[in-house]
Amino acid sequence: MAENNELGLDSLQAAALAAIAAAADLAGLDQVRVRYLGKSGELTALLKQLGKLPAPERPAAGQAINQAKVAVQQAIDARKSALEEAALAERLAAERIDVTLPGRGQRPGGLHPVTRALRRIERLFANAGFAVVEGPEVEDAYHNFEALNIPEHHPARAMHDTFYFDTDRLLRTHTSPVQIRVMEEQAPPLKIIAPGRVYRCDSDLTHTPMFHQVEGLLVDEQVSFADLKGVLYEFLTNFFERDLKLRFRPSYFPFTEPSAEVDIQCVMCDGSGCRVCKQTGWLEVLGCGMVYPEVFRHVGIDPDKHLGYAFGMGVERLAMLRYGIDDIRLNFDNDLRYLRQFA
Amino acid sequence: MRFSEAWLREWVSPPVDTQQLADQLSMAGLEVDAVEPAAPAFSGVTIGLVQGIAPHPDAAKLRICTLDVGQDEPLQIICGAANVAEGMRVPVATIGAVLPGDFKIKKAKLRGVQSFGMICSASELGLAESSVGILPLPADAPIGEDFRGWLSLDDHCIEVDLTPDRGDCLSLAGLAREVGVINRAPVSAPRIEPVAPASDARFAVQLLAPEACPRYLCRVIRNIDPSAETPIWMQERLRRGGLRAISPVVDVTNYVLLELGQPMHGFDLAKLAGEIRVRMAEEGEKLALLNGEEASLRGDTLVIADAEKAVALAGIMGGAESAVGEGTRDVLLESAFFAPVAISGKARSYGLHTDSSHRFERGVDPQLQATAMERATRLLLDIVGGEPGPIVEATAEAHLPKREPLHLRERRVAQILGLELPTDTITDILERLGMGLERLDDGWRVTPPSARFDLVMEVDLIADIGRIHGYNAIPITHASAASATKAPPETAFDLDRARLALVDRGFNEVITYSFVSPEMQALVAPDAETLKLANPISSELSVMRTSLWPGLLQAAVYNQSRQTERVRLFESGLRFRQSGDGLEQTQGLGGLILGARLPEQWGARAGGVDFFDLKADVQAVLGLTGALEQFRFVAATDPALHPGQTAAIEWGGRRVGIIGMLHPSLAKQLDLDGDVFLFELEIEPIAEGVLPKFEKISRFPSIRRDIALVVDESVSFDAVADCVRAAASELLKDILLFDVYTGENVETGRKSLALGLILQSSSQTLEDNIIETTVGRIVDSLTTQIGARLRD
Repeated sequence: MAENNELGLDSLQAAALAAIAAAADLAGLDQVRVRYLGKSGELTALLKQLGKLPAPERPAAGQAINQAKVAVQQAIDARKSALEEAALAERLAAERIDVTLPGRGQRPGGLHPVTRALRRIERLFANAGFAVVEGPEVEDAYHNFEALNIPEHHPARAMHDTFYFDTDRLLRTHTSPVQIRVMEEQAPPLKIIAPGRVYRCDSDLTHTPMFHQVEGLLVDEQVSFADLKGVLYEFLTNFFERDLKLRFRPSYFPFTEPSAEVDIQCVMCDGSGCRVCKQTGWLEVLGCGMVYPEVFRHVGIDPDKHLGYAFGMGVERLAMLRYGIDDIRLNFDNDLRYLRQFA
Repeated sequence: MRFSEAWLREWVSPPVDTQQLADQLSMAGLEVDAVEPAAPAFSGVTIGLVQGIAPHPDAAKLRICTLDVGQDEPLQIICGAANVAEGMRVPVATIGAVLPGDFKIKKAKLRGVQSFGMICSASELGLAESSVGILPLPADAPIGEDFRGWLSLDDHCIEVDLTPDRGDCLSLAGLAREVGVINRAPVSAPRIEPVAPASDARFAVQLLAPEACPRYLCRVIRNIDPSAETPIWMQERLRRGGLRAISPVVDVTNYVLLELGQPMHGFDLAKLAGEIRVRMAEEGEKLALLNGEEASLRGDTLVIADAEKAVALAGIMGGAESAVGEGTRDVLLESAFFAPVAISGKARSYGLHTDSSHRFERGVDPQLQATAMERATRLLLDIVGGEPGPIVEATAEAHLPKREPLHLRERRVAQILGLELPTDTITDILERLGMGLERLDDGWRVTPPSARFDLVMEVDLIADIGRIHGYNAIPITHASAASATKAPPETAFDLDRARLALVDRGFNEVITYSFVSPEMQALVAPDAETLKLANPISSELSVMRTSLWPGLLQAAVYNQSRQTERVRLFESGLRFRQSGDGLEQTQGLGGLILGARLPEQWGARAGGVDFFDLKADVQAVLGLTGALEQFRFVAATDPALHPGQTAAIEWGGRRVGIIGMLHPSLAKQLDLDGDVFLFELEIEPIAEGVLPKFEKISRFPSIRRDIALVVDESVSFDAVADCVRAAASELLKDILLFDVYTGENVETGRKSLALGLILQSSSQTLEDNIIETTVGRIVDSLTTQIGARLRD
């Protein structure tokens, strides 16, 4: 200790430590480092004076000086970390933002609800192996009617409220003519859906002169009404994402037999009766049936070798039920206050 | 078809309640649309007899009536109806009665005279829309009996919405048969027996168009009582069937129409000359119809004529001149079979639709005419009396529908339904449906009933078997049918993906009508040949669009007029373009932007949209082809667009779309505020894109050299970039345009472009001398080729 004091080491170390503690920022700390540990720093200077000591004292003194240097360096490092942490903390505090402010830039738009429903329908049928096919919207009477076994003056034709251009050309009243076009061009097995716009000369609270349908057609050597029930059951329960009660009501379409309309348990009231289902608990959502042999004959498919089923659904109807829309006409007003409700 | 449940239950009454009955019908394919009470709720209405009438001392129009309502004491009731008469039986609402509309009957004083109830009219009881005077009841109405019970008003009207194939169910008889089949319940039809002629009065019939009318029956009934009225029970059945009572002859024919499904007609015999001729109309022949209109007939129309002229539109509507009226004493009843093909569409072509045409179009049982004639004769005689002549029948047997037996293969039933039914079940169902069966090795020879026009093929029988067995008893199975799915090529343009790209860039999708107004269409594409609807719903929706812009512009106008200042819309769909004889229906994708570049927000300032905002959106879509750099935007013109801000979009020399600013004069005409930018892409020419091809990533650093050029205003950036590329070697990887400047330090008519040239080699780090040589070559070329000058 006496030797240390002799060199003034203790007081020097104490002064250095005090200066370190007093350093207010990194720059000040660095000045302290230079003053004591720099090339011409005070502790460095002590080492240079070692030579003046008697040889036997030199190792102990050298060791003491080095210990002091280490202690000072450690104190500097510690102080440096502390100052850096404090600086970071200060920066972080200063950089605090209001994370609830709105994000910057473009806001995403949205798909039309009919497209949204249509994409889901297409995807569900694609998963079941159906290919998407499209057909013309300006059709000829043959594909829209005759080939589907709806001859001229058939009462079913009167029910279609057709838009005409001339005696032969018309706006398709359903997507069913796509069935015919596909069967004319391709040989079975066939497994397609045909989504698209259809037109009826009808406009009131619950009808728009244009709407969308999806037609489905499967033709193979053996397929039955039970299979048709299967594919529609799968589709409807997946579309509405719930286990629904379904009922198949015998109906009539000139191009299928047997034919059925499919009702689902009302998705608004779970079948207990409400305004949407007119208190019946049931909602009619699509029509279907087994392809009528006459239709096969029109396209040159042998009805004794092939069977098929077909179905058709109104997309607006499904979209409205799915999203709770209560007025079909909203779909074609294109009011952004409506459209923006659908991502 | 609307009918009274109570009437149906006279034919067949299974042990099911009204709702179950309705459900049964629906599930048998006879969809019940509505079940409504036959009369609104009311109570306390009794049948009374008007015993005496005295004038009211203080009111000229009121009378003091004394009524026997089966109580100890007669009731005094004040009545204002003109038709009240002594000896009349009437419905009386007594004190405490509640009439429709929750109208309570209390003791009242009318001009100082006490009244203990009310004598009711049909409308007050909810039995008619309107009525004049009180409702007179028949002389056998039991005094003191509850009126509601007496008329069976606790009945329901059931409305079935029948599909066009089930003409056989457009009658009580047909519906009763179905209900009997479903419930295995016996069906009892009313007994219909031939009416013996009381005279020999005949009227001759000639079938001059036997394929259209192969059977015509008529019968003369002379000396009917013109003052007779249709009994209330019949009026009620008609009313509950949705028909109004008119006169006994009309009511009886309507009754038979509802009951048996045979449309009939009654002529005033005195107005007919000579004989009945069922023939085709002469072109232009005139016929005044019962509805007051005069039809000018076409030669394809079947008429009933006498020796001189047409007197009725066969199967559709009678003529006004030969109609039964108040003075009619002698009637000719008609009961005929008209072939569906002869009637189909005819009523509609004359703007008509009648209960008769509705049935003949769908098919009336060709074996029913004589039965219906006997039924109508009996009913009519019971009401109006008279002397019937014999039935005159003209039948062209060869032209009556033939019921060819159908071959039903038993295995086919299981194959189509997907359900194995025991043989007994199949035969049981067919027999209950009234089919004739003959057993064959593989099934049956089946003869459907003559009323079933819908059963013409084996599969029709199978459907009927399924229907009666119940579709819901058919299992749910999953076909292992081969999947015919063939994925589209990877490079195929994915319209769905393009829609999402636009949605992500802030666009909302619209769906607008494919038909637009001719004005809008002409505004956007004045030169396009359009396809016009022959029967548009309105002129606003009368021509097929040749472009997506009319719809998009209309949607923009709609939204701007509703305080939406920022509009970004797109639509995809077909456009319809006439070219010569042909019509092209091509898929397009169009968009419109208007208003601020960004939604108003705190953290970014953005001006109004311009051409280049929309160009970036379009490029995002074009980029989906994988060949964005190959698309060229070439200055162009379009009648709807600003002449200086329009570009045709080209790919491989083909025009694939157009983009530009809406012409300010059009914007003004449409009342659109602000600059509007539009684009439209053709999908077909970009349908096939490019498959990505991997290029090795260079290990060597890229370097950038910036140059600033001054060129004439008229020099396009594309020309500059083309020049740079042509002069550069393969070392040039990219050209960045980072500034376009006009103004101070750049002479008028010139502009400054700042380019960043990105150079990189795949085999070495670029030495300065190579870089300088390359850039020098580029600058030389720019100078000599396009008159560019390097800016200091």
